[in-house]
Amino acid sequence: MPAPTQHRLIFQHIDEPGYSNDIDCYLRNGGYEVLKKAVAQKPEDLREEVKKSGLRGRGGAGFPCGFKWSLVDRKSGKPIYLIVNADESEPGTFKDRYIMHQDPHQLIEGTMISCFANDVKQAYIYIRGEMPEGARILEKAIAEARAQNLVGPNILGTGYSCEIFVHRGAGAYICGEETGLIESLEGKRANPRIKPPYFPAVLGLYQCPTIVNNVETLCHVKHIVQQGGAEYAKIGTPGNTGTRIFCVSGHVQRPGYYEFPAGTITMGQLLNDVCGGPLPGRTFKAVIPGGSSAKVLRFGERYKGKRKVGTDMVDYDWGVEDVPMDFDSLAMIGSMGGSGGVIVMDDSVNMVEALANINAFYQHESCGQCTPCREGSLWMKKISSRMVHGEARKEDAALLKSVADQIPGRTICAFGEACSWPTQSFLIKFKDEFEGYAEAKKNLPADRLSLV
Amino acid sequence: MIAAPKPDLVTVNIDGVDISVPKGTNVIEAAKLLQKDVPHYCYHPKLSVAGNCRMCMIEMGTPAFDPATKAPVTDPATGKQKINWIPRPQIGCGTTVSPGLHVKTSSSMVKDAREGVMEFLLINHPLDCPICDQAGECKLQEQATGYGRGYSRFIEEKNVKPKRTQLGPRVTLDDERCILCSRCVRFSKEIANDDVLGFVDRGSYSTLTCHPGKKLENNYSLNTVDICPVGALTSTDFRFKMRVWFLKQTNTVDIESSVGVNAVVWSREGTIYRLTPRRNDEVNDTWMPDSGRILYKQVAATDRLTAVKLNGSDTSLDIALHAAAALLKAGSVSIVGSGRASVEEQFLLKQLATATGAQGHLVARTASGDKLLISADRNPNVRGALVTGLISQLPCAELKQLSRDIDEGKIKTVVSHGEDLHAAGLTAALLAKVAVIYIGTHANATSAAANIILPTLHTFEKAGTFVNQQFRIQKFYAAVPAPQGATNDLVVLAKLVASTGTHTPASEVHALWPAIAAAVPALATMLYKNIPDTGLLLDATPWVGLPFVEGETLHYKPAAAIAAEAARS
Repeated sequence: MPAPTQHRLIFQHIDEPGYSNDIDCYLRNGGYEVLKKAVAQKPEDLREEVKKSGLRGRGGAGFPCGFKWSLVDRKSGKPIYLIVNADESEPGTFKDRYIMHQDPHQLIEGTMISCFANDVKQAYIYIRGEMPEGARILEKAIAEARAQNLVGPNILGTGYSCEIFVHRGAGAYICGEETGLIESLEGKRANPRIKPPYFPAVLGLYQCPTIVNNVETLCHVKHIVQQGGAEYAKIGTPGNTGTRIFCVSGHVQRPGYYEFPAGTITMGQLLNDVCGGPLPGRTFKAVIPGGSSAKVLRFGERYKGKRKVGTDMVDYDWGVEDVPMDFDSLAMIGSMGGSGGVIVMDDSVNMVEALANINAFYQHESCGQCTPCREGSLWMKKISSRMVHGEARKEDAALLKSVADQIPGRTICAFGEACSWPTQSFLIKFKDEFEGYAEAKKNLPADRLSLV
Repeated sequence: MIAAPKPDLVTVNIDGVDISVPKGTNVIEAAKLLQKDVPHYCYHPKLSVAGNCRMCMIEMGTPAFDPATKAPVTDPATGKQKINWIPRPQIGCGTTVSPGLHVKTSSSMVKDAREGVMEFLLINHPLDCPICDQAGECKLQEQATGYGRGYSRFIEEKNVKPKRTQLGPRVTLDDERCILCSRCVRFSKEIANDDVLGFVDRGSYSTLTCHPGKKLENNYSLNTVDICPVGALTSTDFRFKMRVWFLKQTNTVDIESSVGVNAVVWSREGTIYRLTPRRNDEVNDTWMPDSGRILYKQVAATDRLTAVKLNGSDTSLDIALHAAAALLKAGSVSIVGSGRASVEEQFLLKQLATATGAQGHLVARTASGDKLLISADRNPNVRGALVTGLISQLPCAELKQLSRDIDEGKIKTVVSHGEDLHAAGLTAALLAKVAVIYIGTHANATSAAANIILPTLHTFEKAGTFVNQQFRIQKFYAAVPAPQGATNDLVVLAKLVASTGTHTPASEVHALWPAIAAAVPALATMLYKNIPDTGLLLDATPWVGLPFVEGETLHYKPAAAIAAEAARS
């Protein structure tokens, strides 16, 4: 079956010749019309539209956005904050960056609509430290919007006021975890908070109710309000509404970002039809479907079970190529849709070395709060680095797996899962390669590049 | 005494046993009530919950309710309400009890989780227990034994971190031993109100340090050493001096102010090595000021009095007491007691005053309080002097009336129990006009001017009681033997009373107490042995109108503040 055609909703203007990131260009293309429409409505109606849309968060967890908003404590009398999570740090993910660089006003419009819908008077865009250019563009865009009375006091003469501030992180993956982000925004070390009691919807920024949404999620809100929740829900598949952006990197002919109605494209269609298949003379070996923390899939393995289609339970028997790229299907086969970062590895890749690289990243990013993640991530890194650069032992395979098994589900935040899932899945699916690495290493070229 | 209001109780099930605990209790504390150990590092009962060490993980379940009808779901196997067990372990410190909560503290899931955490904590921890001061009182040692696997799978190189950072004048840090529990960080911020500690770097390379330009030098810095579960924070004073398992522990009370901080003296073969706080939730929680901990150095100070003297020459106790008796019998005696003396000593001094017709005085010792565990009244036992009747009014810093009396020739002999009369405003010229009997521990201007010196014992060498600012009577015990030449204050005082010919009081704490209970209304029906280690509140009604100098401290509010609060509500 050929791949469906791209449906560019969020990325409509990305890479469009002649489209610039200033407000004039955005206004020429119908920009801020949705905000004008939104502020004439009741906030609770807007929230209802988002609920109806079935929008799921695009940061990685796929948590229903309308439900997240409904958890906000609106009776505390405290101000409600909205934070745009622009700390896009998951390796393999590069969608929010393009929105901010090329279409920042789409984000600002989506943010302002979401703020109005939630009675937020102050919003923060927490942008990753490594994106200074994005921060500059956003600052400029906010200033432009303020000049047009679209941000700031008494927006469009409605009496509603809301400020947006850009806050730059200092370069840490953990600042993308929402409570770590909040700590960082408060000026502290980004140690994620314990939940309970610190659920952001109740005790978030400055102990006030807080909404934290991903950049792409808030852009979707704009389109939901534009076309109505029910209409938006028609895009994609039930439970996976709207469009999904995939950031494909690695060993394919045409890596890049592609936007499709959610759940309508399979892994095989994405990699072969859209991305042009493997490099010449190569075959696909493995793919990580949702950012580097997602569990790896091995080409050639089969996934069997029952799944719900409509109201019926249907048997499925999939290879990697057959898996629909939606949150639920990927979760069903033991991985996740995550942030949409698809990392492709072909048969030139040694999985031990690939894991050593991933482990080095997660070790460097653990905040150090919880014992299992702090010590486990470094231990896994030390083992896999030693295997690559020093002596590899056959028993290292079992040891790595065992160390990884002691981490997930035992930490304050999901970083415990993020740092252990790669090792767990690599070791389950490529056990032979790890056990036989000592032998395989003897045949590796002596002048190969060393890892970090 | 006023009974505390009954707390709201919640019934929970821990390892199959139902127990009712006050609402708000966490699982660690609830399990403790059943003698079930939930091992932990970062949790401390007097600090906020950080939940980071992950050692206190337990298996947890809540009663099942039908989502539609909200009716309890019955488990057909047991006939009881079904329990929905959470498939992953939860932290005991961060989980407060809820009705019907079920907890397993030693299931295979819990065991596995603990073994994992123990292994992780040890891989980068130096195995230097043989030279580590914490050995013997180290949670890492204890829990590795109790909950670890007992072998290591770690063959990589351990992390290298700073080994001897001076965080402040009294605390030395070994960062390699630190398990990053953040107790010290939270203590400094939450209790000492001196937010100076934090972590730099991240992951396993995280390193405890002071904020730039700051030092851990507040008067509570050594509490970080006490609460450090490992040997990372060590007392610079105690470091490498003695293995803790050789030390004898004796309960005592901090003598530096009227707060009456509960403490423990750690000694071996007559030498004191350190003082640490003793938990008393009504007085000092688990804290103690640094300044109270160095007081043990007074015991072996070079100016310690160890020779009985009569008119400048060494003599025997009996001869000196005989000479003292002659002075007392001659009349015109005045007695200066001490707010640092025990209730028992003040009681005997009061008897001596009565027998000699002397007036009892006390010297006030005040400075500003720190609002935590040092009060404005730097005498530990002014209230004891009130309770025993040695004084009826609050003391002044200077003995003005006594000065006048001496000047006018009304007084011929002054008995001072440990107080430096010169410092209390009696000039050398005045002291020259009278005979001075000095009963005390350390040399000073008064002992230099004294006709008779009767060396006695330091608090750490004797037993007794103090009455703190709350009117709480608290016991202390003899930790070390007295130096040769010094005699127990009670023996000296009892002999002086006996020499006046009225009666012969007991000279030992236990034997003396029936007489105290009979004579002192506030202490009636009490016996020394019956006073609990955390003290007993006395009825303070007779003294409620006195203008005590103390301001608010940790568990104390002045009567005026309480009255003002009552008026507001």
